[in-house]
Amino acid sequence: MTPRQKRFSMIGLGLAALGIAAALVLNAFNSNLVFFFTPTQVANGEVPKGQSFRIGGMVEAGTLTRENDGLTVHFVMSDTVKRVPVTYKGILPDLFKEGKGAVAQGRLSSEGTFVASEVLAKHDENYMPPEAAEAMAKAKAAGKQSSDTLVVTP
Amino acid sequence: MIPEIGQFALILALCVAAVQGTVPIYGAVSGNASLMAVAKPAARGQFFLVLIAFCCLGYAFAQKDFSVLYVAANANSKLPLHYRLAAIWGAHEGSLLLWTFILTLWMMAVTLFSKHLPEAMRARILGVMGLVSLGFLLFMLTVSNPFERLIPAAPDGRDLNPLLQDPGMVMHPPMLYMGYVGFSVAFAFAIAALLGGNLDAAWARWSRPWTTVAWCFLTVGIALGSGWAYYELGWGGWWFWDPVENASFMPWLAGTALIHSLAVTDKRGGFKVWTVLLAILAFSLSLLGTFLVRSGVLTSVHAFATDPKRGLFILIFLAIVIGGSLLLYAWRAPRVGLGGGFDMVSREAMLLANNVLLVVAMASVLLGTLYPLFLDALGLGKISVGPPYFDTVFVPLMTPAIFLMGIGPLAQWKKASVPNLAVRLRWAFGTSVATALLLPLVLGKWTPLLSLGFLLALWIATTAAVAVRERIAHLEGAGLMARLASVPRSYWGMILAHCGIAVFIVGVTMVKGFETEQDLRMNVGESATIGGYAFQFEGAQDFVGPNYIAARGVFRVTKDGREVTTMYPEKRRYLAQRQTMTEAAIDSGMFRDLYVSLGEPLEAGAWSVRLYHKPFIDWIWGGCLIMAMGGVLAITDRRYRLAWRRASESEAAAAQPVEAPIL
Repeated sequence: MTPRQKRFSMIGLGLAALGIAAALVLNAFNSNLVFFFTPTQVANGEVPKGQSFRIGGMVEAGTLTRENDGLTVHFVMSDTVKRVPVTYKGILPDLFKEGKGAVAQGRLSSEGTFVASEVLAKHDENYMPPEAAEAMAKAKAAGKQSSDTLVVTP
Repeated sequence: MIPEIGQFALILALCVAAVQGTVPIYGAVSGNASLMAVAKPAARGQFFLVLIAFCCLGYAFAQKDFSVLYVAANANSKLPLHYRLAAIWGAHEGSLLLWTFILTLWMMAVTLFSKHLPEAMRARILGVMGLVSLGFLLFMLTVSNPFERLIPAAPDGRDLNPLLQDPGMVMHPPMLYMGYVGFSVAFAFAIAALLGGNLDAAWARWSRPWTTVAWCFLTVGIALGSGWAYYELGWGGWWFWDPVENASFMPWLAGTALIHSLAVTDKRGGFKVWTVLLAILAFSLSLLGTFLVRSGVLTSVHAFATDPKRGLFILIFLAIVIGGSLLLYAWRAPRVGLGGGFDMVSREAMLLANNVLLVVAMASVLLGTLYPLFLDALGLGKISVGPPYFDTVFVPLMTPAIFLMGIGPLAQWKKASVPNLAVRLRWAFGTSVATALLLPLVLGKWTPLLSLGFLLALWIATTAAVAVRERIAHLEGAGLMARLASVPRSYWGMILAHCGIAVFIVGVTMVKGFETEQDLRMNVGESATIGGYAFQFEGAQDFVGPNYIAARGVFRVTKDGREVTTMYPEKRRYLAQRQTMTEAAIDSGMFRDLYVSLGEPLEAGAWSVRLYHKPFIDWIWGGCLIMAMGGVLAITDRRYRLAWRRASESEAAAAQPVEAPIL
């Protein structure tokens, strides 16, 4: 091979390797994106069936119950407008509390219960997970609109 | 009074930094030696000024001066002294002060260990570092002042976040910052070389030890952070691909690539342009990491600032540093030239491939970290990128890199031959493949990933053995010991660091393959068996700590009826912030960790409990430490010591005449 051919074949090889790497990375990336939904979106059926996603909101006060095994818990996640029942088997994080914000990751069962594989509550008492905060804000904005319309319609 | 002195010292440091960032560089351009000579005293002066500021903040914490806002927000009268001092870097303002302090520390080191550098080069290096520190001082003094007063003073402080009240807090941030900021030296060397237009092998030789030291610190810093998360967060994981972890891992990947590319530039004069780019990249990623972690863009235990002015400042600063250095690069790099050519199969080519793989890995981490932020910033919805993404990307990218890692040290520079390499490595290859296939069966479980992990680790170890054996065979010398001793330390350093990777891989493979985990409800007196160990729960008692109250569980652990240990996991409630914390109990060992953490109290003294048996997990951090030790060994190499001694001698000789000629 002449030096010129050598250089070209080297560049070609390099580009091919980079191309493969890029394809690999993007493919993995695409199949591992976890989307976030609010309880309202879940209740309205906007979520993809059978796919893992995150849901955020407030853990409604007085809804936390524990099964006899001491591990399986049921609670209701709400954004003050819509409510989604959640079940989780495992140990809840330290800062998980009724009346506080939380984020759960998992799938929606056919009965409409959210089966969480992971529950996140973050590191600080005053901290509201941004997803949860946004869900509440959105619901509030939407609620305001609907109450406005309520005033007009009758 | 004391905080005002600190503030004043910072203002003075800012003025000195402004001088240091301009005068010496101008002096280097105009060839004015007296202007260049300003760099050294300015850098040292800045170091002492920032040191004073740092001590003032430390004093305010030690004295519980709650009239300082930062102290009031991050300490409490009941917080023990060592945590009060660690609280200096417990939040945003103080950690920036630590950043700046470490930057001036590195500057000081440059003034001490740069006798062998030409005056103009040193002036440019210190000038560039002065500009970086100018940016950080300006940031602190305008929007993030650690000395801001709180009047009237708070009666008591809000206390340090309980998660941070841990020995890890004392060590992890300074180590990590030593690494982050250490890349500023490599960056300054690269920019200085671009400014001066003299990118020769000497430049690479000078910046090599600096880069290696920074890399060692970063390696240890990341390992400490990972270990801390492992025992403190109470979930037993050691790496979560959390954006904050990624922020420290990206400079590490770029720095690793830089170390290898510097080797080529030093030995063969090749890769010059690429090396400079990597130096810029490594430091830019360190800055980006600081930005991501400290600006509040990411929400995690590391993020504090929510002030948008701060985010904007850092963003502008980032744009100036990265944009400016890349512009300079685009302008000056084409004159550098390419350096020696090499064949498609040669050590250079393999190092190039390793570099490309590391950079692609870095880019994939960057994508996974920044993409959700972009989407969010553009209002296109909230997503998160899960750990599976990083796992699926890293295994295929690192496998070829590790394969090359075994061959590289054995391949000749410039042109190597494949058949020759194959002959030399056939035993290493055969042994590792056979063992890797059989070992999981012996351990009782076979999966492709297990075998792959063992294969990679064994491949590194066996090829290292072959490399050392060949190296010794070529050496003249009487006994084996003499020959071993005559191998340069930098070579041993490389071998050791590579073996550290092997140890790390063994740890990861064993943990992923054989760990057992159980969440369960345990009544008092009940027993559970995991990984061959029986854990008997003896109940939980109340316990009072200095600034918290706790429930402390007692677990008696036995194996085959023999007493192993008693473990005391705690559930703490910190009084000042009314925050609950899980304090896991861990029994560490060479070959396994036992890990117990308390979940929630249930009725009648029962608790929900999490039990783990984690084989070989300590090898993960052990491997990182071995890597760092390899780096340390490499920089104690004879050639650096010689260069250093020669420089001291020539300086002593120059000091002899009554009037040294001024050039």
